[in-house]
Amino acid sequence: MNAIIFSAGWGMVMMFCSFLISNKSMYRHIAVIGLLLLLAVNILESGGTSVFHVDAGDMLVYTRFGYVFNSIAIASTLIYVLLTGKDIERLGNYVAEYFVLIFFVLCGVCILSAYNNLLMLFIGIEILSIPLYILTGSDKRNLKSNEAALKYFLMGSFSTGIMLMGIALMYGGTGTFSLEVARTEVGLYKGVSFLEIIGLLLLMVSMCFKVSAAPFHFWTPDVYDGAPAVFTSFMATIVKAAGFIAFLKLCSVRMTATSTAIDWQLLFAIIIIATLLFGNITAIFQQSVKRMLAYSSIAQAGFMLFALFSLNEYASKGLLLYAAAYSLATIGVFAVLVKMKDVTFEGFNGLAKTQPVLAASNTIFLLSLAGIPLTAGFLAKYYMLASIISTGHYIWLVVVAVLFAAVSVYYYFRVIQSMYFKTGEPQTETITKSFKIGLVVLAAIIIIIGVYPQAIFSWLYF
Amino acid sequence: MIALLLILVPVIGGLITFSIKNENSVKGFSILVAVITLILALTGLFSNDQSLLHFDASWIPDLGTRITLGLDGMSKMLALLTAVSLPIIITATYKNTYADAGKFYGLMFLCQAGMLGVFLSMDALLFYFFWELALIPAYFLCSIWGGEKRIQVTFKFFIYTFVGSLLMLVAILFIYFKTPDHSFALQSFYHANLTASQAQWMFWLFFIALAIKMPIFPFHTWQPDTYEQAPTAVTMLLSGVMVKMGVFAVIRWLLPIFPAASQSNSSVIITLSVIGMLYASLIAMRQDDIKRLIAYSSMAHMGLMCAALFANQQVGIQGVLIQMFNHGINIIGLWIVADAIEKQLGTRKFSELGGLAQKAPTLAVLFVVLCLANVALPLTNAFVGEFLMFNGLFRYNPVMAGIAGISIILAAVYTLNMIQKIFYGNTVALTENAHDSSFNVNVALVILVIVVIVLGVYPQPMIDLTQGNANLFITKIP
Repeated sequence: MNAIIFSAGWGMVMMFCSFLISNKSMYRHIAVIGLLLLLAVNILESGGTSVFHVDAGDMLVYTRFGYVFNSIAIASTLIYVLLTGKDIERLGNYVAEYFVLIFFVLCGVCILSAYNNLLMLFIGIEILSIPLYILTGSDKRNLKSNEAALKYFLMGSFSTGIMLMGIALMYGGTGTFSLEVARTEVGLYKGVSFLEIIGLLLLMVSMCFKVSAAPFHFWTPDVYDGAPAVFTSFMATIVKAAGFIAFLKLCSVRMTATSTAIDWQLLFAIIIIATLLFGNITAIFQQSVKRMLAYSSIAQAGFMLFALFSLNEYASKGLLLYAAAYSLATIGVFAVLVKMKDVTFEGFNGLAKTQPVLAASNTIFLLSLAGIPLTAGFLAKYYMLASIISTGHYIWLVVVAVLFAAVSVYYYFRVIQSMYFKTGEPQTETITKSFKIGLVVLAAIIIIIGVYPQAIFSWLYF
Repeated sequence: MIALLLILVPVIGGLITFSIKNENSVKGFSILVAVITLILALTGLFSNDQSLLHFDASWIPDLGTRITLGLDGMSKMLALLTAVSLPIIITATYKNTYADAGKFYGLMFLCQAGMLGVFLSMDALLFYFFWELALIPAYFLCSIWGGEKRIQVTFKFFIYTFVGSLLMLVAILFIYFKTPDHSFALQSFYHANLTASQAQWMFWLFFIALAIKMPIFPFHTWQPDTYEQAPTAVTMLLSGVMVKMGVFAVIRWLLPIFPAASQSNSSVIITLSVIGMLYASLIAMRQDDIKRLIAYSSMAHMGLMCAALFANQQVGIQGVLIQMFNHGINIIGLWIVADAIEKQLGTRKFSELGGLAQKAPTLAVLFVVLCLANVALPLTNAFVGEFLMFNGLFRYNPVMAGIAGISIILAAVYTLNMIQKIFYGNTVALTENAHDSSFNVNVALVILVIVVIVLGVYPQPMIDLTQGNANLFITKIP
């Protein structure tokens, strides 16, 4: 609750900074301070000490799960700003506003991790999305950025419309916006109102759109490719993870309750297979690393969907782990990508010779994304597989998924091959020493989580 | 404690090697680390103190996995093979120069640590971790220092084995949820409650990973290319030790976990293995390249081991256990000769060679002994193993044993043909100015030849060492 107020408030403060302070790098420092405070406030509140007391009634309910996710999202944003903050400054004249928008997105994230009411879900999604439309188009003189922003906005508002329609139908079916519904048995289809099922289906479509699950993923490659790489990194990690957390809550309450009437698992199985298929197969054929990462983020979404499929203890814990592991690795990969002048695979040729630290840490990020053991990514994938295998059914789905995981090795390792086994003269922006230290620390975190995850497991109890 | 040190020494040694710049000090330090590991393995071999041989520590309680390492007869033997092979490989290839030698030897040690981990793990998830860890350094070694087509070939190798190990992970996870106490420990896995059809499915998921590693027909296509393109030192490690991971895992994990499924699928697997043996032998006869010939010959031998494993006869398994060690020794010797010839004369084709025995008599004598061991002549180390394996296979099905026996004849044909073409006949232009092998190569080969002859004449210690494993698991078969 405090995190919501605080992130919105700090966003407002930073807006005023933009005309009170003219030094560009000052904004970054203010943003870092804001994120640190935000993290502190959130951790304090999860420990029971809150700064403001606001009674949100039944609209927002904070659980330990929500707090942990908020912490992960805020910490990831902090790492993201520390690593790529300088590149945000290079982007244009409205540096302060970019940070403001990032804070507003975080506000949306915090709402999504706590909503207990469909209206709050809608508001959270909107608060999250609208700043993103702006950030996508922030490279004003680049036609691709403009195109991406318009595309994202049109498609995004369309999916929001579908979501609203779904919520309205669900209201018609159950008579309440609240997530928890007292059910009556009169005049219903297998105990569930027909309107509610249609509403849930529409809601599912729009959520699939937000987390870029097939067949609603078509916007993802264009938007991720067109948006400035610094913001793609943010969109593909924290925002996507927040979408999944919201989706998980919706599924674990509403879809479990209506599973007598409709086989959600089958529906999700189809979506998972389609997502893995589209994401992995198209990623293979890309020539640009940035576009490859866009497709691979669809493929990773396929793995995160496992949590929505199985909805057990492994799923919720695993989704948090997945969100953390995937965000950290992707932020790292994008931080390196932003420094490259040529973002095709050829542009990475010979990077190990000229920038050994960049190449080595990038390798660890890619290994983590590919799910190689002793990295955080393996653990995340492990939990996702375990969540289904523990039920003892749908083993074929797991087998299909691991085959696609092997496919993903193909395109992630192409980058490693370019960096280490091929020769070339890669052009990079100037690399500062602090950036290198940041990358190494991030890589070390990924390895530590992979080797000794027990250290963070104690956090994840809720 | 020894069990833990066996893994830690190469890991730490490898990490230190990474940071050394000077090539000569890299090599000196590498020999030191390799010899320390060897001494540890020998200490393990002669020790009976259980507290020394086992190590157990908490790792990730939430996942039900522990760091459990142990040395029993079979893992003692394979740890010894792994530990012996590295000093010999380093000695034999001492004169080879590598760009970034520190990284090369560092990765070799990490690979060694991974393989030792596989042989020592008594916990399924730990086993899986090491299984992958052995692969990653090998991938970098082959892709950076390999031959012309190294990138594609090594990538194929990597993807192949990675697919296999992911399928194995699914099987391991599935069994984990069926164990009585939700644990990855070896003993819990042996007591998993699987229904017949579940066991059948999981057996195949598990087996494919191991079949790719061994490799068994039709999963073998990565093998000849990788052996050919990898730098020879790495090829020795891959063919001498890494492929044994597959055979080892069958004995340690697959057969005891799925006794019934192993038995019901044995005819399919033995048929595949025998087809692979004949197929590899026939292709080996048509080769004109020493490396490819050895690669196919190795595949034929692995096929025999796999067939003997699934014949469900104690003698056969006993044969496989000792053959794992002997095959490793022999094939490393063959690669050393191939490398010595290639480094000196710049070619691996027999058609371009001839009469080398006149110029390099020492190399010729040592090579002939190793080749005779490769065709399992009596009084060489391979004879006992092959005899026992055929014995087992014969008891299972005489016809299969007969067909598999053809490959022995073929092995003699192609091996002797190779010796004849390279070392005998008249010298050609290329071998006119050849000289004998260098001192370091001779040292490595002489050690191997001594092992070949000693174990050929007196194999009993090895049989005693591994008897426990063969007995233990024969009682598991219903």
